[in-house]
Amino acid sequence: MGNNGVYQGVNKSGQKIVSPDYMLFEAPREKVFMTGSEAVKEAVKRASVDASVSYPITPQSEAAHLIGELWVEGYVGVYFRGESEFGVMSEVAGCSMAGARVITTTSGPGTLRAMENFPMWAGSRLPIQLVLMARGVNSPLSIQPDNLEISFLLDTGCMIWHAENAQELFDMILAGFVVAEKTDVHVPIITAIDGFFISHTRESIMIPPEDIALPPYNPYVSPTPIIDAEIAPGRYIKDPFVMKSNYISYATHASWQWEVRAAIERSRPYAKHYLRGLIEEFGDSEAELVFIASGTAASQAKEATRMLLDEGIKAKVVKVKSIRPFPHQELLEATKTAKYIIVPEFNVVGWLEREVRASFYGKSNATIIGTPRVAGGMTMPPEIIYRDALKILGKEVSYVL
Amino acid sequence: MSFNIYKVNEELREFMPPEILELEEKATWGNPKRGVMDLPYAKELLEEHSLCAGCPESDAFRYILASLPNPEDTIIVNSTGCTSLVFPQIALHTVHSLFGNQNAVASGIKRVLEYRFPNKVKDVVVLAGDGATVDIGLDCTLQSFFRQEKITTICYDNEVYANTGGQESGLTVKGHVFKMAPKGKQWDKVPMWQLAIDSGCHYVVRMTVSSPRRVEQAVKKAIYVAREVGPTYIHLYTPCILEIGRNSDEGLEEMKLGDKERFSFFEYMTPQAEEVIKRKKEEGLI
Ligand SMILES: Cc1ncc(C[n+]2csc(CCOP(=O)(O)OP(=O)(O)O)c2C)c(N)n1
Ligand code: SF4
Ligand SMILES: [Mg+2]
Repeated sequence: MGNNGVYQGVNKSGQKIVSPDYMLFEAPREKVFMTGSEAVKEAVKRASVDASVSYPITPQSEAAHLIGELWVEGYVGVYFRGESEFGVMSEVAGCSMAGARVITTTSGPGTLRAMENFPMWAGSRLPIQLVLMARGVNSPLSIQPDNLEISFLLDTGCMIWHAENAQELFDMILAGFVVAEKTDVHVPIITAIDGFFISHTRESIMIPPEDIALPPYNPYVSPTPIIDAEIAPGRYIKDPFVMKSNYISYATHASWQWEVRAAIERSRPYAKHYLRGLIEEFGDSEAELVFIASGTAASQAKEATRMLLDEGIKAKVVKVKSIRPFPHQELLEATKTAKYIIVPEFNVVGWLEREVRASFYGKSNATIIGTPRVAGGMTMPPEIIYRDALKILGKEVSYVL
Repeated sequence: MSFNIYKVNEELREFMPPEILELEEKATWGNPKRGVMDLPYAKELLEEHSLCAGCPESDAFRYILASLPNPEDTIIVNSTGCTSLVFPQIALHTVHSLFGNQNAVASGIKRVLEYRFPNKVKDVVVLAGDGATVDIGLDCTLQSFFRQEKITTICYDNEVYANTGGQESGLTVKGHVFKMAPKGKQWDKVPMWQLAIDSGCHYVVRMTVSSPRRVEQAVKKAIYVAREVGPTYIHLYTPCILEIGRNSDEGLEEMKLGDKERFSFFEYMTPQAEEVIKRKKEEGLI
C-alpha cells in the first residue's frame, strides 16, 4: 500500500479513509480563516457522516445550512429539515437506531424543546453528535449569547465537551464521533460552544486536507441491537425490560441507568487521548490564584491572567474541556497550589461553579468563588475578571472600567 | 431479506426456549402471500400479550403481524400506551422511544435504511394509540405525511387514553364523559382519516378489526403503496372494553356495531396507489 499504509480504502463519498490518530494528530494541516459555523462544515466533511436533520434557530442555523450543502455535494447521505427540535431529535434517533453516523445542531430554546429526547438517546445508547451553539433560553424571549442551557443537559446521560474556539470545535467534532462510538462507551456526545462568539466570528484555524476522512461508522459495534433487520432482534423477551411492574424490570431499569453513567466514565481514556487531556493549563503552574473556566470564559480568563501579571500577580487558568465526564482528579491536581479558585461563567446560575464545588468538597482547602456571572447577552471583558480577582486578593483596582 | 437472523445457532439450540425454536420452524418467512389464514397453523410473531383479556387491540396485533408481506425485513415503531407493553413480545425489530414521536423516529429509520440498503426492501410500520397519533403526536404524524415519508402508520383508536386510566382524547366522541372531561367532551371527534387524506397520504382506510381478512387486505395494500409511492394510514377502531364497561367476550360485538355506524368501512386511494394495488392484485399478492 502506498503512503506508508496511511490510507484504508475510500468512504462512500470517495474520500481516503485514515485512522482517527492520523486525522487528528498526524495529517498535514493548512491555515484557513473561517467562522465557527464553517469549521463545523469542514469537520463534518471529513467525518464520513451518514445523516443529519436540521431546524432553524439562531445562532446554529448557518452550521445546519452548511451541512445541507455537504449533502448536495455528496458528503452526507441523508439530510432534511424536521418539523421542530422535538421532531428533529427523534428523527436523528431513528437515523442512529438504523445504523447511521448522525450529527445535528441546535441552540437555546431548541435544546429545551427537544429535551425529552436526550435521556432517550443515552438510554438507547445512540452515539449521536449534537453540536450545541449555546444561546440564552426564553425568559420570555432571548436571542443573546449565554450558556445556561448546558446546565439542563448535565444529567441527561450524554457526554458533554465544551470548546473554547473554532479550532477546538473542529477537532472535538472529529474526536467526538470516535469516542462516542467506542463499544464500551456508545452514548451521545454534545460538543458545545458559546454561540455567536464562536459561531459567528472568524479566526485562523488549522485543518487537514479535504480528501481524507474518518473511518465510517460500523453500527454492529453497538452494545444494543441496531434496528435494521440485519441482526437478530433484541427485544423478544417475555419479561419486558423496563415496562412491567415487577422487581426484575425495576432492577433492570435501575442498573441500566447506572450503566449509562458508567459508559460515560469509560470514555475517559479515549477522551484524554483524542482531546489531549480533559483539561488544559495556562499561566503560572505554582499560582495561588487559579481560574477554572470552560468555553469562551477560559479565553477571557487567560486575558485577565496576562493583565494580572502586569500587576505582578501570578495566576493560572485551568480550562475544562470535558464537562461529562467531569475531570475531578485532573482539576484537583491542577489546583494543588491554589488558595483562591475563581470560576467565571457565561450564565446566571454558575453551573460550572456548582460542579467544581461538588467535586472539591472535602478534598481542597481553596476558597471557591463564582464570579463574574455574565448572562443574557452581556460580554465578559477580561477587565471585570481582573477587577474581581484583585478585589478578592484585597488589592487596589488600577484599570478604569 | 434477512430470514437468516431467525435461524438458531446450533451450539445454543439445546438452551433455546421452545417459542424461539418454533419461530425458526413454524413462523412464515419469505412468503409475501402469508396472511391471517395461517394463524391456526403457523407460529405467530407475537408471543402472548399483556393487554386486558379480550382487548380488541390484541386482535389487531395478531392480524397485522400475520399480514405483513415482508416480516423478516419489517421494522415496527410504536409509542407509549397499552400497546407499548406488547412490543417486547413481538419477534421483529421494534422501537419504543417516547410518547408521540413515533412518526419522526420512523422517518429517520426509513431514510437511513434506504441509504444503507438501496437494493433491499425494508418496510417501516408505525403502530400507536389515538392519544399518541392524534393528540400529543399529531405534529410528527402529519409532518411525516407532508414530507411524503414512505411509511405506513396504523392508529389503534380506542377513543381514550386507556393506559393512563381512561381520560378523554381528541378521538373521544363529543359528549362522552371520561376523566378530564367530567362534564362530557365539549368538541367533536377528530376525523383523523380525513386529515390523513388532506395531508398527503396515498392510501387511507378506516375500519374496525372485526374481520381478519379485511385487516389483512388493508395492511398489505398500505405497505405496498408506502413502499413505492408515499405515506399510508390505517385507522382501526379497537374499543377499550375496560373503559366502556364491556366484558372480555364483547369486543367483537362492539366492533360489529361500529362497522354499521361510525366506523363503517371507508377506503381512499390516489391514482398512483390504485396502480400499485392493481398490479399487486395481478401478481396475486393482495
Ligand atoms: C410526554 C408524555 N406525556 C404523557 C405520558 C403519559 N401517557 C402514557 S401512555 C398514555 C396514554 C396513551 O394513550 P393512547 O395513545 O390513546 O394509547 P392507549 O393506551 O389508549 O392504547 C399517556 C397519556 C407519557 N408517557 N409521556
Ligand atoms: S385498558 Fe382498554 S385498551 Fe388497554 S388493554 Fe385494557 S381493554 Fe385494551
Ligand atoms: Mg387510546
